Amino acid sequence: MLQLISLLVENKPGALMRVTGVLSARGYNIESLTVARTLDPELSRMSITVDVEPSQCAQVIKQINKLINVLQATDLTEAPAVRRELVLVRVRSSKEDRTTILKEADIFGARAVESSVDGFALEATGDPEKLDSFIRVIERYGDVEVTRSGLVAVSMEPKKLKLAPPVRKEHLHAPEDAQETVTTE
Amino acid sequence: MARLMTGAEIVLECLIREKVDTFFGYPGGVTLPLYDALYDSKIRHILVRHEQNACFAAQGYARATGKVGVCCATSGPGATNLITALVDALMDSIPVVAITGQVSTKLIGSDAFQEADTFGITRPCTKHNFMVKSLAELPQIIHEAFHIASSGRPGPVLVDIPKDIFQAQGHYTPVTTIHLPGYKISMDGHAGQIRRAAQMVWEAERPMVYAGGGILAADASKELREFVEFADIPSVCTLMGLGAMPSEHPNYISMPGMHGSYAANMALTESDLLICLGVRFDDRVTGRLAAFAPHARIIHVDIDPAEISKNRVADIPIVGDAKRVLEKLTENVRELADEMRPKNAAARKAWWSQVREWKAEHPLVPEFSTEEIKPQHLMAEIDRISGGNAIVCSDVGQHQMWCAQLIRFNEPRLWINSGGLGSMGFGVPAAVGAQFAQPDKLVFAVAGDGGFQMSIPELGTIANNKLPIKIIIMNNGYLGMVRQWQELFYNNRMSSVLLEGFPDPEKLAGAYGFIGKTVEKPSELRAALQAAVDHPGPYLLNVKVTSFENVYPMVPAGGAINEMVLAPPQPVAV
Repeated sequence: MLQLISLLVENKPGALMRVTGVLSARGYNIESLTVARTLDPELSRMSITVDVEPSQCAQVIKQINKLINVLQATDLTEAPAVRRELVLVRVRSSKEDRTTILKEADIFGARAVESSVDGFALEATGDPEKLDSFIRVIERYGDVEVTRSGLVAVSMEPKKLKLAPPVRKEHLHAPEDAQETVTTE
Repeated sequence: MARLMTGAEIVLECLIREKVDTFFGYPGGVTLPLYDALYDSKIRHILVRHEQNACFAAQGYARATGKVGVCCATSGPGATNLITALVDALMDSIPVVAITGQVSTKLIGSDAFQEADTFGITRPCTKHNFMVKSLAELPQIIHEAFHIASSGRPGPVLVDIPKDIFQAQGHYTPVTTIHLPGYKISMDGHAGQIRRAAQMVWEAERPMVYAGGGILAADASKELREFVEFADIPSVCTLMGLGAMPSEHPNYISMPGMHGSYAANMALTESDLLICLGVRFDDRVTGRLAAFAPHARIIHVDIDPAEISKNRVADIPIVGDAKRVLEKLTENVRELADEMRPKNAAARKAWWSQVREWKAEHPLVPEFSTEEIKPQHLMAEIDRISGGNAIVCSDVGQHQMWCAQLIRFNEPRLWINSGGLGSMGFGVPAAVGAQFAQPDKLVFAVAGDGGFQMSIPELGTIANNKLPIKIIIMNNGYLGMVRQWQELFYNNRMSSVLLEGFPDPEKLAGAYGFIGKTVEKPSELRAALQAAVDHPGPYLLNVKVTSFENVYPMVPAGGAINEMVLAPPQPVAV
């Protein structure tokens, strides 16, 4: 089954690799992955769909949570969430089909972003099932080249972010530190 | 206030603040600035003969003390030589900080001399790793590394430092606070769960304690003993947990699993409640998972939430530090004692009777012969001299299993071995680390002739530092454990397991400036071992043992643990 995971990760070097690494090391197949910065430039949000046995779902989340750079990992598969994907479809069409294609695109809320003698480039957004239908419809008109962005999701019930507090290390104090507070100007 | 220091000096200052007095390493091109600063430092650096052994020694140090072990290697091949030992530390959850040099920041990615993508390569080999990009972040990273290595579920952390950062000069501001918002550790178990667990403990008629490496990591041996004694429950300790319960304790059965004892395996299989403390249901212990403890409910206490319900669903999962949870659990068990103890008294008595019967039926006893030295005889002699108090660092193989079966450990941190990864070549360098950590203790390094030959370079380190390690080679001339499997499962087709050409131990040790002897006769074994132990310096004792001996009991691959083969099949008279 496809498990949808949304996670918040620190924007540090290698963070993306750590997440994909732990999934591939455990044998979980990544179907799609998107990542981008959030309002906080230090944090990125990742949406990952993983192909995994239902019995493994909890374990996947736990393994991701073990990563030091991951602040929060949520399983959105069954949860109320908005799922969106973007697809760019380049279709080669005959002169006769051109208007029909544009009408079909319109039904899906898609639009032509490029027009040429050979055909169109169409852009559509929506949940993955809608985009699957859209592609199937357009395919009937000619050769297509499909580029999908991968799923982006946002939970409708935001979970409170539980972060680890700073840890004070008493043993790292050295007596000479106190003396150094005297400034020499 | 800040003072001007180089990156190299900052690294050493951070190590001093982390109370590191000894670390193991091998210098190289990019770590020259670090080693130059080391020349004036009071930290003791032990030069090994191979970087892998620097990390194994750091592990031996950590396993013998509970402190973070530290090792250091240069870039490129130096760092890649650490990989096996890093994965080993990861598998056994040992706190190690590895500092590796890297080529200058300007050269990274240009295939420079001795450049390797250490950060990328060690990412799956460590609990966490860092690449230092600026001098300013260096002290913070070093202290974060120590914090991550030693807290929660311990593990290896690598810090990769480019040469120009070692050389850079800047203001050093001491770091006293670690902030890792994504690194959450739950130390105290859920009070409600602990309460429910205590009730289950009393309700159970055939309870078992299944304890492992997590008890050692949490320093919870005393709390474990108190719990086991008060609740009067039989206990088993895994390969990684030997010594958590004193071997001679009346409530201790022995080690379970593939080469565990009959009693331990039967008790786990027939139990109706497993109290799992700092264990991970490893396949060597469980055998075929579907058949493991089929009648038991599970209380699983572990600091790593990912281990709970990973291999076996827990009825009562408790995420927390074993020491704290056990304290609370014993408290709860005490509170319920008067009310609940009488209810099951008869059933419990019957259970103990059964467990003792199993122990008596097929005890783990050494075998002897008058013609050749049996490997079990060797372990019995080591046990006799140790009395449950010596440090035994084992390599990997048949000898490791016989050590685990036949040598007593009455305290934690005496038994040091590579469990999860099973890395050959572990024993001797780990003994180096352990001896530095515990200079006044008797340290045995027990290895097979295979594993020993993987660690010969460290004889130099041992001689150089006059470490009084007693290296005992269980020499059967073969790669024993592999040969055993070939005999049992591959029609005795012994493919590439004959280890011919073993070096003359007297000459080998002599070449390094210390004593080496061989013993072959059973009647001479005791004296030979005593001579080794009595000698005030390093000693190499090559013990020639029976070649075709197999470790029993054995649970065949894919078998349930109560389907063990107890003894070699007897030849049938025709």
